Amino acid sequence: MAVSTLRVSVWRGTESGHLQTFEVPRLESQTVLDVVTHIQRSLDPTLSYRFACRVGMCGSCAMTVNGRARWTCRTHVSEVMRGEALEVRPLSNLPVIKDLVTDMTPFFDKWAQARGSFQGATTRRDDFARVSPETPERRLADAGIECIGCGVCYSSCDVVAWNADYLGPAALNRAWTLVNDVRDTDRRSRLAAVAGDAGCHACHTHMSCTERCPKKLSPTASIAGLKRAAMMAALKGELGDE
Amino acid sequence: MKSDFRARNHPAYWAFIVHRASGVLLSLFLPVHFMALGQALQGAARLDALLRWTEQPLVKIGETVLVMLLAAHLAGGLRLLALEFLAWRDWQKSLLAAAAGVTLAAVMLFLLQVA
Repeated sequence: MAVSTLRVSVWRGTESGHLQTFEVPRLESQTVLDVVTHIQRSLDPTLSYRFACRVGMCGSCAMTVNGRARWTCRTHVSEVMRGEALEVRPLSNLPVIKDLVTDMTPFFDKWAQARGSFQGATTRRDDFARVSPETPERRLADAGIECIGCGVCYSSCDVVAWNADYLGPAALNRAWTLVNDVRDTDRRSRLAAVAGDAGCHACHTHMSCTERCPKKLSPTASIAGLKRAAMMAALKGELGDE
Repeated sequence: MKSDFRARNHPAYWAFIVHRASGVLLSLFLPVHFMALGQALQGAARLDALLRWTEQPLVKIGETVLVMLLAAHLAGGLRLLALEFLAWRDWQKSLLAAAAGVTLAAVMLFLLQVA
């Protein structure tokens, strides 16, 4: 540890606001969330931010740290520090409620628009479905299933910034896992939902989502899969109204 | 709130910039290409005169840039097609490096021809 004090610039305000600088003691194994928590508990209790699990499971603490969207609970200060300075802003591409807290409503609304909920054909009285983890479909679904909904990919995506209606990497990744779920019965309408102007075909393959995903998932791969599946469905005449 | 360049600073985004910039520049060059070919309509002498003009060193440098743009756009386009249509593999960055390598090789080969 080269420095004993961090100079931390933190966004204050809503969409319009300013960076406020705080001096925070540098500690060993300190995470960015530790830094923000220190500011809120010891220096300025009016600072608003969001977190819950602190162990990389809940996806609620994502912020923009030194220009890149990251999960702050699992980001060590040593990974991101440039000199003595640290800059913490709210996630991009989402409305800012206050300080470091964004309104995640558009992000999760798009999961619903992409038909991101499972639709099954069985009831609780039926036996368990038996799906081998070795089947190609299940492998594809498993590759994208660990998303924690943190919004880092959505915040890093230029297409979201260019087209406010674009469903975004996380919602499309969710749709792809369900397209590959052999128990799901909503494949046709899901493919129709993601094949529109603001769906998978709008992706420019910048791969920022894949580059920044803290869970090392590849939404770009899922979106490419959806493009192929949607194209095949269109060729078979299955993309129209049911 | 919008992201700045720091969010975009990674190899796949550079590849996007190269692909977009080379595409725009090539489309701007296309009318010049047709105009040059069109000289043949005025007779062989006109076209030969133009071809002699292109032997100048400065024009050769321009041609080298053109070859680079073409190779970059072709290799980058093949990379995108592989990415979209082949089953996904974890070699995306290798694919990027290969596209850059193909571009460099094409430019070197062209320079060998010129020299």
